[in-house]
Amino acid sequence: MLREGEIRIPSGCAISGIVNKQGVRFSGRDVIKSIALMHDRSNGLGGGFAAYGIYPEYAEHYAFHMYYDDITIKDYTEEFLSSRFNIAESHEIPTKKVASIKNSPIVWRYFVKPKSEFIDEDCGCDEFVMKIVMMINAKFDGAFVASSGKNMGAFKGVGYPEEIGEFFRLDEYKGYIWTSHGRFPTNTPGWWGGAHPFTLLDWSIVHNGEISSYGANKRYLEMFGYQLSLQTDTEAITYAFDLLVRKHGLDIETACSVLAPPFWRNMERMEPAKKEMYTALRAVYGNLLLNGPFSIILGTSKGIVALNDRIKLRPLVAATKGDNLYVSSEESAIREICPSPDNVWTPKGGEPVIGMLEKEETRDAYQYATA
Amino acid sequence: MTMTIDAKGVYYKELNHNLRNHLDKGVKEILVQNVNGQRYIGDGVTGSQRLILEGTPGNDMAAFMDGLEIVVKGNGQDGTGNTMNQGRIIVHGHTGDTTGYAMRGGEIFIRDYVGYRVGIHMKEYKEKIPAIVIGGTAGDFLGEYMAGGIVVVLGIGLKEREDIVGDYCGTGMHGGIMYIRGQIPEYNLGKEVKIVEMTDEDKALVRGYVERYVTYFGGNVKSILSKPFNKLIPYNKRPYGNLYTSW
Repeated sequence: MLREGEIRIPSGCAISGIVNKQGVRFSGRDVIKSIALMHDRSNGLGGGFAAYGIYPEYAEHYAFHMYYDDITIKDYTEEFLSSRFNIAESHEIPTKKVASIKNSPIVWRYFVKPKSEFIDEDCGCDEFVMKIVMMINAKFDGAFVASSGKNMGAFKGVGYPEEIGEFFRLDEYKGYIWTSHGRFPTNTPGWWGGAHPFTLLDWSIVHNGEISSYGANKRYLEMFGYQLSLQTDTEAITYAFDLLVRKHGLDIETACSVLAPPFWRNMERMEPAKKEMYTALRAVYGNLLLNGPFSIILGTSKGIVALNDRIKLRPLVAATKGDNLYVSSEESAIREICPSPDNVWTPKGGEPVIGMLEKEETRDAYQYATA
Repeated sequence: MTMTIDAKGVYYKELNHNLRNHLDKGVKEILVQNVNGQRYIGDGVTGSQRLILEGTPGNDMAAFMDGLEIVVKGNGQDGTGNTMNQGRIIVHGHTGDTTGYAMRGGEIFIRDYVGYRVGIHMKEYKEKIPAIVIGGTAGDFLGEYMAGGIVVVLGIGLKEREDIVGDYCGTGMHGGIMYIRGQIPEYNLGKEVKIVEMTDEDKALVRGYVERYVTYFGGNVKSILSKPFNKLIPYNKRPYGNLYTSW
């Protein structure tokens, strides 16, 4: 089968996400229902979900979701993983037969901690895991890391999102954050690894749109050790957040203003301190500016962020109900699971909608670098 | 005679097929309950009947519509009234991006705010003058490349420091008129538009739209009209006429 970069299919997408800010966990049923309402925004060539809080029994372990083409590459990869990690548990990810889901890879799950000899001051656990993920995805032909964060996981594949949700039995999981994606590949074919979300550590991105600055973004990220091997623009957004927030210590809002910065003409009207900050960010991180149409939902263990490109070339609607924040491509997809929200609005281009957990102890579970 | 249809969980193809069938048989008014996300409602339909939609109709509602009146008891999504030719849309809520895109006739009344790119590429021909009346605010690119028609923005409930229209308002505009209630920030205007004085004719026209807005959604005509309107028109009918060639 032809993979990303080997074919161009000219042609949209659907995204939907929910966070409970009190960290209350709920089943994947809601998010499946929401994304399923937008069935016609995708074409069956990709669907996927990211879920946070689903593995409390292994909350301190990195949860690796692996896709393998065959047993040979699985054995080879497992040998490699055992040499680098202490594996507390490994098993096949439970799936269900769904008539329309065909050619699924071998899907396996591992709860791991890096072996202490690989960890030092220069390379902490997160950094080590990131390097391993990069190496497998770039060098291990037929093996793919679908997700690698703690207490979270990505479930994705080729099919309509509601079918993928059923395939992975997501109604049996409970999480406090769910994001989802229905794919309508525009430039490249659908393959299991190429479905959204794209993840690294506990970052996940679902994305509607296309990034025309991919080349510039890729070259910049490569300088920091990221390997963009999946030949897709969305991957770059995930790594950009990892670089800006985990490595460089920016807060989420500032990171968003790097990806979707204010226009120079609008910066002229800002108060001096603000203008100076945005000018500096543009000078340092100009290469991470995302050009082109996008609406994205970023998932992290601490909450979600939804963001549009600066001139809003893709749809995005947000709503709240009690402790829940909903974001989606269409208002109806929110109302399908939350018929009477307290508040519903359409965010402006470049203006992030941020839904962070309000519980301190949950926030502390993820180590951000300090600025 | 009014008939009622329950749209809960009904796929858009089936719903629209049913609606067309009933309209073809001459039903005057159809109340559609539990609409949620179904696309293309009323698209391309010629007629003078009325649809009342309870819920959130999907994208491209009333696209190419030719004469129906659609009342939405809820919010509209993106592409509402796309290239509409005739008829009326009354939305008791807000609508999304590209509302009234390339509209050629008819009217759209929206109680609250609208998204980005509303009224772009609107056009008019002789007596066919489309109109969009917006109760709240409008996002960026309002009336971009507008070639005809009327856009009225009332800015009711405008918050302090909130702009009534977004950036690039009227960029590339070369026909039609926008009436904006209150101050328009200069930095939000495209360079192809200018603010001019309201004539008595303009005032009468605006009063008519405000009266109709109040009839549909409530409010007070006098208090809405007490704040002066600004009229936006293009500098030039052919702003890009000399971009590639000179005559």
